[in-house]
Amino acid sequence: MELIIGQDLSKVYHSGGVPVNALKGVSFSIEKGAFVSFVGPSGSGKTTLLNLIGCLDKPSGGRLLVAGMDVSALGKTDAAVFRGTHIGFIFQSFNLIPILTAYENVEYPLIVVQNIPAPGRRKQVEELLAAVGMSDQRNKRPDQLSGGQKQRVAIARALVTHPDLVLADEPTANLDHNTAMNILSLMKKIRDELETTFVFSTHDTRIIGEAEVIFRIEDGVLKTNGNNGGRDNG
Amino acid sequence: MANLIKIAGRNLFRYKRRTLLSLSLIVIGVLFVTGFMAVTGSFKGMMIGQITDSFVGHMQIHRKGYLAAVENLPLTMNLKPGAVRKAEAVLKAMPEIEAYSKRIKFGGMFSNFTETTNIRLNGVDPEMEAKTVPLLLSRVLEGDKALKKGEIFVPELLAKGMKVKVGDMVVVIATNRDGSVNGKQLRVGAILESATGPGGRDGYVHMDDAMEILRMEAPEISEIALRVKDFGRLHEVFGTLKANLSGELNKQGKPVFDVHTWEKISPFYHIARMIDMMTLFVKIMLVAIVLISIMNVMIMAVYERVREIGTIAAIGTLPRKILAMFLLEGLLMGAIGAVIGSILSGAAIYAIQAARISFDFGRQTGLILAPTIDPAALLTISGIVIGVSILASLQPALKAARMDPIEALGHV
Repeated sequence: MELIIGQDLSKVYHSGGVPVNALKGVSFSIEKGAFVSFVGPSGSGKTTLLNLIGCLDKPSGGRLLVAGMDVSALGKTDAAVFRGTHIGFIFQSFNLIPILTAYENVEYPLIVVQNIPAPGRRKQVEELLAAVGMSDQRNKRPDQLSGGQKQRVAIARALVTHPDLVLADEPTANLDHNTAMNILSLMKKIRDELETTFVFSTHDTRIIGEAEVIFRIEDGVLKTNGNNGGRDNG
Repeated sequence: MANLIKIAGRNLFRYKRRTLLSLSLIVIGVLFVTGFMAVTGSFKGMMIGQITDSFVGHMQIHRKGYLAAVENLPLTMNLKPGAVRKAEAVLKAMPEIEAYSKRIKFGGMFSNFTETTNIRLNGVDPEMEAKTVPLLLSRVLEGDKALKKGEIFVPELLAKGMKVKVGDMVVVIATNRDGSVNGKQLRVGAILESATGPGGRDGYVHMDDAMEILRMEAPEISEIALRVKDFGRLHEVFGTLKANLSGELNKQGKPVFDVHTWEKISPFYHIARMIDMMTLFVKIMLVAIVLISIMNVMIMAVYERVREIGTIAAIGTLPRKILAMFLLEGLLMGAIGAVIGSILSGAAIYAIQAARISFDFGRQTGLILAPTIDPAALLTISGIVIGVSILASLQPALKAARMDPIEALGHV
């Protein structure tokens, strides 16, 4: 079953009055539960595509369906509601809130996005902290955690709202190789347990092989896509 | 909500020094305003009390037009006995009136048999006068506090100037409304301390003596001074009294009576108004302090947390929630400032009261400064601080709420 369908997607930016075609008629589909990577050099359009899938931006042309919803024309508030319900985000620089502990960072979306009462929150947060192996670090603030630990907390935060899809833009760019591999293994393990679709972008050749489906982008054009073993891509 | 307040609190103290500095400005502002209001309010209240309770009364009834000519104390503009009876009937029917005192005001010559000078006198019923202006007797510096027939209460300055003492015999000479001159020998019963304002240096004689000097067969009253039970309801009672007396018309169909509150009679009212204006300016200063302090903190907060705002927007926080979160930070800062400021103000006011600071005003010396602040005024100041805090946070909060998540996430 396809979770994401992109049809002839294009995105034009205007930089100093000059149009820049960041995406040029990109079409693809991603199945539910897939572990997908968009690969390409800097400036190829990976992040632009992830922004579109994440409803952070709107395509200039084409059609984009995410979890059965045409997200191409969602307004600002509707897009925020959609993100809060269906999408989790993992960032390259972790983007944890520095004044909150690991526990509170994971709890944060349940408070401000989903308004879940305290008793309901505790079980979810504790389960996810255990799943990412951060239960014993729960009371530490981000500045007391290593890069790998921060990203584990970020993964737990992305998953705490039970999203259909987790988007990760260069999730391992700020991590050493071993930690990066551990993080990807953790993401895969969670995908297997929760059936959450993971889509990440990377230009790190060392971790590309970890994806089960790889889309290569160059100059805003999807060059190839295909299975990388493991699970199928539609 | 508790979680959002907790987060707002932590965000506020993320940059402790800046927040504490701004907070201290707000606290000082609240402290200054409440301190100013307490001290000036106390001064104002005390002076109003002195003026109304020692000679003016809370309100006065005159014949229409009398007050405009009061400097001349025109006997021709006194109220006739019939009009006085009507006014008294109205006053007796009003439970809000605690007491009233009829006065015959006149000017005359005061002689100690060696020298002569001018004097302004009030012919009063001592009992009614004491009930209406209870501090009058506290102004007695020497002599018996009971004003008896054949006696005169002489103002301090005049007594000194004329070298008269309690027990001395003096002569008061006055011209009555028909132009006849008459005099009467009186014994100095007491020396009165002067009070600030018109009438504060008048002498007092018994009503019967005034009638005798002015050769009145029945009392023709210059003014009726009134005391209300609740000074806080003065204007309400004034309105009722004015309405109740408005039905009395003269032969020309014009109103017989004029009613004035102390504000129209005493020039101190203008000082009181000036104090109110100064209080308003001080409040405006407080608003400016809070506005600038909180705006500074919140603008910096938004500027320094752009990526964080991008993150919380990306994970699905609604723009209105982001707006509320930043408004809450400003509100919290204002509320903390207001609470600390109020507590410190209370302590400062208590300390001033305990110090029993005295001051002089006009000829009155040794007045004790007793500042008090009405809890309602404290709540109003706190409300202003919190309201202005929200207002000051609005622009930065709107900026945060409207931020594009992609641009914010890309902010370096």
